[in-house]
Amino acid sequence: MSATTLLVLPEARRKKFPLPSFARFLGLALVVFALVAPLVWMVLASFKTNVDIYDPSKFFSFVPTLANYATVFGQANYAAYIWNSFFVAFVATVLSLVLAVPAAYSMSRFVMGKSAMVVLLARIIPGVSLLVPWYFVFSQMRLVGSYTILIMSMMFVSLPLILYIMMSYFDSMPEELEEAAQVDGLTPIGAFLRITLPLSMPGVATAGILSFIFAWNNFMFALVLSGSSTKTLPVAIFDFVGYASIDWGGLMAAAVIVTLPIMLIALFTQKYIVSGLTAGATKG
Amino acid sequence: MSSAARRDLGTWGRYSRWVNKHRKWVFAAPAMIFIALLLIFPLVWTLYLSFTNSKGSVRAPFDFIGFENYVKVLTDTERFWPAVGRTVYFTGGALLFEVILGIAIALMLWKPFRGEKLVRVAILLPLVATPVAIGMMWRLIFEPNIGFANEMLSWLGIPAQPWLSSPDTALSTLIFVDVWQWTPMVTLIILAGLTALPEEPDEAARVDGANWWQRLWYVTLPLLAPTIIAAVILRGIDALKTFDILYATKGKGGGSFHEVETLNTYAYGLSFDYNRYGQASTVLILFFLMIIGLIWILSLRKKALNK
Repeated sequence: MSATTLLVLPEARRKKFPLPSFARFLGLALVVFALVAPLVWMVLASFKTNVDIYDPSKFFSFVPTLANYATVFGQANYAAYIWNSFFVAFVATVLSLVLAVPAAYSMSRFVMGKSAMVVLLARIIPGVSLLVPWYFVFSQMRLVGSYTILIMSMMFVSLPLILYIMMSYFDSMPEELEEAAQVDGLTPIGAFLRITLPLSMPGVATAGILSFIFAWNNFMFALVLSGSSTKTLPVAIFDFVGYASIDWGGLMAAAVIVTLPIMLIALFTQKYIVSGLTAGATKG
Repeated sequence: MSSAARRDLGTWGRYSRWVNKHRKWVFAAPAMIFIALLLIFPLVWTLYLSFTNSKGSVRAPFDFIGFENYVKVLTDTERFWPAVGRTVYFTGGALLFEVILGIAIALMLWKPFRGEKLVRVAILLPLVATPVAIGMMWRLIFEPNIGFANEMLSWLGIPAQPWLSSPDTALSTLIFVDVWQWTPMVTLIILAGLTALPEEPDEAARVDGANWWQRLWYVTLPLLAPTIIAAVILRGIDALKTFDILYATKGKGGGSFHEVETLNTYAYGLSFDYNRYGQASTVLILFFLMIIGLIWILSLRKKALNK
């Protein structure tokens, strides 16, 4: 290291960020506004009467009303749709975790490249190309409209997601822990169940939360495969349109009802979601 | 455990030893079988249907008609090729903005600062929001007469735009919505890549007197290239397959002039709105080949960069 390097480096290190901080502040403020403002607009509109929605001057100054929410819960059977969404997403997540966590462990520890390719295929294939054959077969079995088929289709979304997150999690866990446990008398599966699995709970939480969110948000599979009694929230919202004139207030209330639970979950589990969404993306 | 005890394990013991010995397959098999059943069979079935004239009802009989569907689809300049064009336009446009904005925002978030949490929350919200609800939200915002978008333009003295309601602007407006929802995803991936970068090359360039832009252009971005391509592949696959927002905002057929109909919504419409399963399967097979081809090209590029 030359003398000049020694002189220059401390000065360079002090500057934490190369952009002038004002420009950076302005840029980030703009980003936050652009991302949050539409959502605020949606929430505001859900508390307005349709007359107020049609009046641009009643931007922030309006008398808030719960009438839209009353419409949504009264006319349409939203309590049932909320339950359907929750039930389908929850069961699909639990079943996917049970199937995918051991599979991810096995693929990570024993390097099963070919089977990982099948999982990748599940990720890139357009869902419609699966829906047509599924619809053929499951309507023959009189399963279309049942919870079973809805849960299975959501599991098809969740499983590859969980596999990928858990594979990268197990990849980063040292094998020595399990080996030590086996020296101490545990069977290989015992070592997995009593050492590796408890230690990988943060990864399981990440995978589970993301799986729940994706299943909750899924629209296309539910649109085709749900029946009138098993309808999930995204499909119920879509039904809200379709009529001659749109009840904007009611529609926005319905939109808030479907997004709110998922956003609350996201707020409390931020770090898990971020680590899950970026899992594997930065590796070769 | 002594060797005598091991010998006396009995049936359960032998069973448990077999499971332990073959745990590789015991662990992987249930998940693999589940995915294979729901994936491989439908893929083969779709390929088969693409050579038939299956339509009408699910149970109606259908005939094998060879390559007729392929000829019909590939010479269809009314629905198929425009849908290809719109798919390319939508995906390309969305990716372009998402990658540029995603990198810019990630750079702004790179080094820690106060209030970082707030920005991170804002970035997470669109990512987890239900796409159908988001589609409805933008429908109201882009409503020509009462929407927030035109209200904001009027503050700036810009005349009102038709947004989603005109065939000329609908698809571009939906690119905007996609950019709003998914730029955060690119930001997160790039940010993860940035944090994993070694610091030495940047400092070396700094010592050599390179300014901020030079270091970004000649040092940081080239090092980041594999991550950027990973983000492009990930986002690209999902943008190609976009369904929720297109269908929620413009409904069946992608609007009255099919103005937002992409390959995915076209295939969906053929299947479930018009029951033309054979032709839909042909479109899907062609679409799938297109996706595989693109990924293949991109991963070759990524491999070359990783070397």
